[in-house]
Amino acid sequence: MKEEFTISLFTEDHIGILGQITIILTRRQINIDSFTASESAVKGVYLLTIVVKTTIEMIQKVSRQMEKLVDVLKVFVHTSDQIIYQEIALFKVTTNGLMSGNIIDHIVRTHNGRILEVSPEYIIIEKTGHKAEITELLVQLEPFGLLQFAKSGRVAITKQVRELTSYLKEMDEANRFKTDPTLN
Amino acid sequence: MYMKTEQEQEQSTVKINGTECISGADAILQCLIEEGVDTIFGYPGGAIMPVYDKLMDYDSKLRHILTRHEQGAAHAAQAYAMVTGRPGICFATSGPGATNLVTGIANAFLDSVPVVFITAQVVSNLIGTDAFQETDIIGVSMPVTKWNCQVKKPQEIPEAIAKAFYIAKSGRPGPVLIDITKDAQLEKLNFKYKKCDYIRSYNPHIPLHIKAIESAAIMINHAERPLILAGHGVLISEAEDELKAFAEKTGIPVACTLLGLSGFPSDHRLFTGMLGMHGNYGPNLLTNEADLIIAIGMRFDDRVTGNLKKYAQKATIIHIEIDEAEINKNVIVDVEINNDAKDVLSYLIPLVNENSFEKWIREFRICDKTEYEKVIKPDTKPEKGEIRMAEVVSLVSEMTKGEAIIVTDVGQNQMIAARYYKFSHPNSFVTSGGMGTMGFGLPAGMGAKIGRPDKQVITFVGDGGFQMTLQELGTIFQYNVPVKIIILNNNYLGMVRQWQEMFFEKNYASTELVNPDFVMISRAYNIPAKKVSKRKELDSSLKEMLDADGPYLLEVMIEKEGNVFPMVEPGKSVSEIRLTY
Repeated sequence: MKEEFTISLFTEDHIGILGQITIILTRRQINIDSFTASESAVKGVYLLTIVVKTTIEMIQKVSRQMEKLVDVLKVFVHTSDQIIYQEIALFKVTTNGLMSGNIIDHIVRTHNGRILEVSPEYIIIEKTGHKAEITELLVQLEPFGLLQFAKSGRVAITKQVRELTSYLKEMDEANRFKTDPTLN
Repeated sequence: MYMKTEQEQEQSTVKINGTECISGADAILQCLIEEGVDTIFGYPGGAIMPVYDKLMDYDSKLRHILTRHEQGAAHAAQAYAMVTGRPGICFATSGPGATNLVTGIANAFLDSVPVVFITAQVVSNLIGTDAFQETDIIGVSMPVTKWNCQVKKPQEIPEAIAKAFYIAKSGRPGPVLIDITKDAQLEKLNFKYKKCDYIRSYNPHIPLHIKAIESAAIMINHAERPLILAGHGVLISEAEDELKAFAEKTGIPVACTLLGLSGFPSDHRLFTGMLGMHGNYGPNLLTNEADLIIAIGMRFDDRVTGNLKKYAQKATIIHIEIDEAEINKNVIVDVEINNDAKDVLSYLIPLVNENSFEKWIREFRICDKTEYEKVIKPDTKPEKGEIRMAEVVSLVSEMTKGEAIIVTDVGQNQMIAARYYKFSHPNSFVTSGGMGTMGFGLPAGMGAKIGRPDKQVITFVGDGGFQMTLQELGTIFQYNVPVKIIILNNNYLGMVRQWQEMFFEKNYASTELVNPDFVMISRAYNIPAKKVSKRKELDSSLKEMLDADGPYLLEVMIEKEGNVFPMVEPGKSVSEIRLTY
């Protein structure tokens, strides 16, 4: 059965790493539902957040293939309940459509949105939340003349207690003992 | 030859703060020398000319073998690596030079062989402009290299090469590619070389999984019908002695994968033969009777497992494998030991009990007898008819007493060589396993002989595969590489024809070959050659070939429609292995 998984992947700053990761997914016919990349809390280490729908067996294989890449530091795979995640969406709506009455104020307020800019021609609204919440607002705004809609990929923070830095430390430790493989 | 004056040489190596100021091209070659390289296979071209221009300055330390095609260089470098245990080195220019390597890179990747590929790239300011002979080899080679990188600045060369060697050799080895722009080869740098021994994001030295090994030991001590499946990993980690000690102490029978052959002596009392589609009857059939499988350095390839749903259903499986991504990939295992084979076996041996499984082993011997009567005897000792492939291989095996290095192409010649040669030394079998690359045999035979000039190197090729890379006869001639070439000629693409016969109602579409006179071709390259088609001349012809000082080509006319058996048909279970058609 296919489920939604969020892959949090920490990599070194190496050109081409993105290509290597997407090759692993496309070769197995796995679509990327959402993708974001940014520098992580550790300087020089990048965090890629990839959302895919696949089976648990496949995600395990795929994450091991990703972990195997020389420039990948660590791969975590999470189901949605193991992470806090958000997406951000921007809406551009005609001013005429929304200026009649208090509609705009109401919509923005009930959806916890934010008005970023108002001009005679358009209004730009920002909304942060889960995909379903964003879609809900989209449906509400559509009748008023939606000019543009853009949505980011997922950004996620894990609930786990162990942080990347402790893994990085472990990697350095393992390297120190590499001459004696029996040391644990 | 133009020799540099002392003054000129001094000028090219000005020292600044203890480091030498040299060109990128010099740096590439000096890095290779620092890594202990003495042989390079390659082919020059526009973008890599600065490197070739410097090559002669180092000819006392670096020998360059000019092949006739980049693919030949790649296969030769791989075979060199397989027989020497040291990384193979391969040079090619940008564009077509680099893309011609791709089959060779992929072949080394699937068979986990360390080869350092150095390709040249167009001048850095032309990258992305579709310049002459520009190709994105980084993008092209990405799925088939363990690691690759592009170098655009000369000062990045030493670090890139150091990393490349470290990555290629360590963990599960594999090919790496460095793409170096022409300007980076020409510009100067302050040269200082330091070997790489650590990459933060890559740690091939995994601490031993002691608990897993201990539970494996308990399972081994309680097993009644255990079987060891030994793969290429045994050879790569140099664990042949440990495997032998482990098998002898526990009394567990051993089967090898195609690439695992020569990791365990073929004449050992515990050896049961080769696994896989055309492997031996016993180990295939009895995989499904085993109660414990100890898989060492192998990856449960589909050619080994047959139908996965019906594979080793009665067995608990212990998987000793350095590449974590291979564990639970095809076969779900019960105990995973993600470590180097040698380390695991060394730790495991004291934990296991001395034992013997005579009754279990007898089952293998019964299978051997059946296979001998139905397949081996008629294959190796036919009383009439044309010469059979197996006769040739077993004669060569007897004549060389299992001491030779055997190289093969792909197809029937490969399967028959794997089945009938009796290997007695590690790393004495070179073949294209995972990729099944036709055309591998001739350049690989040449590379193996260059790597091990002290050994008799014999390459078996079919008439089809030979013609894919036969231009390498030119290289063999030019460098007088005394490799022995046996063409098993049936005027067919034999393995495809066998499948057509068995699964496509004998519809021999495009498998019959009208061949040239191979003896004349060989002689045109000044390589002595002979054609033999009579059984009674085979023995003396092989002897003449083996006794020849230089290279020699022997064309053996074999049974036109010979088949390789036993066979596990595609989609069938290993226990449904067939002995006859």
